[in-house]
Amino acid sequence: MTLTTKAETLRPVPYVLRDKWQETADTWSMALEPAEAWLQADRGEPGQFNMLWAFGVGESAISISGPTHGTGPLVHTIRACGNVTRKLCAMKAGEVVGLRGPYGKPWPIESLKGRDLIIMAGGIGLAPLRPVVYHILANREDFGRVSLLYGARRPEDILFANELSGWRGRMELDVLITVDAADSSWFGNVGTVTRLVRRNPFEVDGAAALVCGPEIMMQYSAQTLLDAGMNQDSIWVSMERNMKCGVGLCGHCQVGPEFVCKTGPVYPLERIANLLATREM
Amino acid sequence: MSHDVFKADSKLPDRLLVALREQGYTTIGPTARDGAIVLDEIHASADLPVGLREDQEAGHYRLQARRDEAVFGHTVGPQSWKRYLFPPNHRLWAAKRSGGSFEIKPQHEADHRLAFIGVRPCELAALEIQDRVFFGEEHVDPHYAALRTRAFIVTVNCAEAAPTCFCGSMGTGPRAEDGYDLALTEILGRGRHEFLVEVGSERGATLLEALELKPAGKDALEAARKKAAELAGSMTRRVETDGLAEALMANLEHPHWAKTAERCLACANCTMVCPTCFCSTVEDVADLSGDHDERWRRWDSCFNSQHSYVHGGNMRPTIRSRYRQWLTHKFAGWIDQFGTSGCVGCGRCITWCPAAIDLTEELAALRGAVTT
Amino acid sequence: MEDMTIEKLLGSHDFFDGMKAEDLALVAGCGSNVVYQPGELIARQGTAADFFLAIRHGRVAVEIYVPSSGALRLETVSENSVVGWSWLFEPYRWHFDIRALELTRAVRFDGHCLRKKCDDDPVLGYDFMKRFAAVAARRLEAARLQIIDIYGKKDDDPDNQG
Repeated sequence: MTLTTKAETLRPVPYVLRDKWQETADTWSMALEPAEAWLQADRGEPGQFNMLWAFGVGESAISISGPTHGTGPLVHTIRACGNVTRKLCAMKAGEVVGLRGPYGKPWPIESLKGRDLIIMAGGIGLAPLRPVVYHILANREDFGRVSLLYGARRPEDILFANELSGWRGRMELDVLITVDAADSSWFGNVGTVTRLVRRNPFEVDGAAALVCGPEIMMQYSAQTLLDAGMNQDSIWVSMERNMKCGVGLCGHCQVGPEFVCKTGPVYPLERIANLLATREM
Repeated sequence: MSHDVFKADSKLPDRLLVALREQGYTTIGPTARDGAIVLDEIHASADLPVGLREDQEAGHYRLQARRDEAVFGHTVGPQSWKRYLFPPNHRLWAAKRSGGSFEIKPQHEADHRLAFIGVRPCELAALEIQDRVFFGEEHVDPHYAALRTRAFIVTVNCAEAAPTCFCGSMGTGPRAEDGYDLALTEILGRGRHEFLVEVGSERGATLLEALELKPAGKDALEAARKKAAELAGSMTRRVETDGLAEALMANLEHPHWAKTAERCLACANCTMVCPTCFCSTVEDVADLSGDHDERWRRWDSCFNSQHSYVHGGNMRPTIRSRYRQWLTHKFAGWIDQFGTSGCVGCGRCITWCPAAIDLTEELAALRGAVTT
Repeated sequence: MEDMTIEKLLGSHDFFDGMKAEDLALVAGCGSNVVYQPGELIARQGTAADFFLAIRHGRVAVEIYVPSSGALRLETVSENSVVGWSWLFEPYRWHFDIRALELTRAVRFDGHCLRKKCDDDPVLGYDFMKRFAAVAARRLEAARLQIIDIYGKKDDDPDNQG
C-alpha cells in the first residue's frame, strides 16, 4: 500500500457569522463568510455538509442550505437540539465559528438533467434539499417538471415558509405542503407527506425522486414512490447518522458497510434499501 | 527489497536495542507488569519477558514461568501496537481566541521515532489493516501517518500459539513474509539459543550492517517455514472465512444474536484490546477562561450507547444490535470498506471478554442453520 | 362538465376506478351533485351520518372540536378521494366535523340508498366494502404516522452532544 501524503488536517478554519435569522421556533439560518481573505471558500455541492465548530463546545455536522453557486455567503440552517447546535444558534452576527468541509456525496444533479423530479422533504430535511431547488431555478431549462412535496409538524414549523410561497408563485415548480396537525387558521393540507404523492400525479417514466427527512418518513416516502411505479435506482435518499469526523475515520456513522459521512449521506435507494429495512443497523 | 537471512546468538535483542537507540529510536516492546505482558519502553533485553509464557483461554489470562529462557516465549497480551500509532487519548490540536477570531496550533508528531520490538505476525497484519483505515483514498489521518511512516518494525515470528490464537485460519500468521524492517525467529533447544534474522527493508538492512551477522543457510529458512506451517495447522480454534461475509449479512436476524446478547455485557473490552478497531470520538476541552480549547481524540467503541446517537435517540439501542454491528463490521463490512477482513486472529477479544464469549464459536453458530 | 351524468363523473374518479359499468350505473342512482362554499360545515360530529362525498374539486377538512382550543384539523381530503364512512356502520353518526376549505364540488351519496343496494347485491356490497376498507387502511396508516410526531423534537435530551 502506498503511503500518500494527502493528509486531512481535521482543523476548522475561521468563518465570520455575517447574518443570522430565525426560521422557526427552534431553527436558525446562518450566513458565513471566510474570516480571512486567504481562505478560499469551497462552496460545496447540494447535499454536502460542513462540520461547524463552536469554540470550546464542539462540532456538529450541518448541511449546506444556501445556494452553492454564486459568490454570496455560505448558508447553513441549524436546529437547536444539542449542546453544539444550541451554542451555534445563540451566536451573534460578527462572531466567529469554525468550519471544515465540505464533506460527503452530493445529490446527483448531473444525472437528473432532463428528468422530471419529485423532491420530498420532511421537517428540517428541507434544508439539504434547498440548494437543489436553487440549482434548478438557476438552470430551469435543464430539468423537466419539478414537484416539491414538503411535510412539517405544524404550520408554524414549516421551514422557509415565505420562500416556499415565492416558489409556488413563480410557477416554475409545483409546491405542495402538508402538516401533521393544524388549527382552523390553516387552510392548507393536513396529512402525511406520502399522501402528497397521490395528490400530485406524475409520469413515472424518466422521473427521479430526492428524499430527505426523518428515517421513518424516508422509508414510507420511498415505499409510496415505489408503489407509484418508480424504480429503486431513480430514488435518492439522504441519511442522517452520527457524524463526528466527517471523513470516514472515526467509525460513528456506519450503517452496514457504509460510512455515511463519506459514501453518503446521499445514496441511491437501491444501494441502502436492505440496510434501511434491517432494524437497528 | 532484499530478503537476506542471517544467524545471530542470544545477545541479538540487546545488540538490536543498542543499535536502534543509537539511531534515535524510542524502543517499545513487551514487558511483564501487573501480572500481564504489556507494551512499554524497553532499554535492554532484561526488560523483555524472558522465561515467561501466558496461559490464555476464553475469559482467562495468567502469566507462567517457562522451563527455558526464551525471550519471546509469550504470544500477545492485552495491549496492541495501535496504542502508539493511534493513541487512546490524543490531542489533535489546541486553539486560542485571538482578536475576535481563533488560531489553531496543530499537534506535530515530528520528533517521535518509534521502534517496535516483538511485533507478532498477526499484529503486523493488524498494522497493515489500520494503514488501510488511516491512509484512506480520500482522507489521510495526519497523526497516524506521521507516526507510522517513521516506525521501525521488528517482527518476531511465533514458535508457539496460545489456545486462543487462530491466525492460521485468518492467513495472518504465525510467520510473516513481509511488511517488517526485520523479522526474528527465536530458536531454542538442545542447548541452542539463537535467532534467525530476516531483512524486509533497506532500513532494516542498514541497521543490520553494524551488527556484522553471519548469513544463514537456505535450509534454516526452509526449516522455519516448515515449523510455522505445522504450528498453523495445530491451532484448535479457527474461523471458516470462505463465504463468511455473505453468510453473516444473510443472517442479520439469526436468533443466535439474541442469545449472545444475553451474555455480552457491552463492556467494550473486545474493541479496546482489538488491534484493528479504530472507532474514536473527539472531545473539546476548554479551560476556565474560555479562551483556550483543545481537541482530544479518544478511543470509542461501537458497544457504547452513545456511539450511534442521532437526534432523538440511539440507532442501536440493544446489546444484540451492537454485538451484531461489531461482528458484522469486523468480518463483512470491513471487506467492503477496506478490501480486507478486520480480524487477524490474535484471540485477544476471546481472552479479555469477562463473559468468555468466543467469536470463533459465535461465527460458527451464526453461519449455521437457524434453529429455534 | 356540469352537464355530465353522475355515472360519467364517477367513471373518472379514483375511488371508483375499475368498477363494473353496471355497478357504476347502480350506485350513480344514489348520487347527486353538490357544491360547498369555503368554510361551510358539511357534517357535524354527533349528528346522523347518512351520506359520503366523492370529491371532484376542492378540499375539505376532517376536524375535531376541542373545547378551549377550537377546531383542530386532523386531515384534509382533496379531489379524487372520498370522505365519510360513518354511513356504513351503526349507529350511523358522524364522529368528526367535515368542513369545506375551498369551493368544493362533489358527488354526495345517500347512505340509505347505498346500504340497500349493497344489501340487495352482496357482490356489489363486497366491492364497495373493499374500496372503503382500502381508504380506511390508508387513513389509519397516515394517522399512525401523524401520531408519532416524526418531526418533533426531544427537548433537553442530555445525550445530545451535537
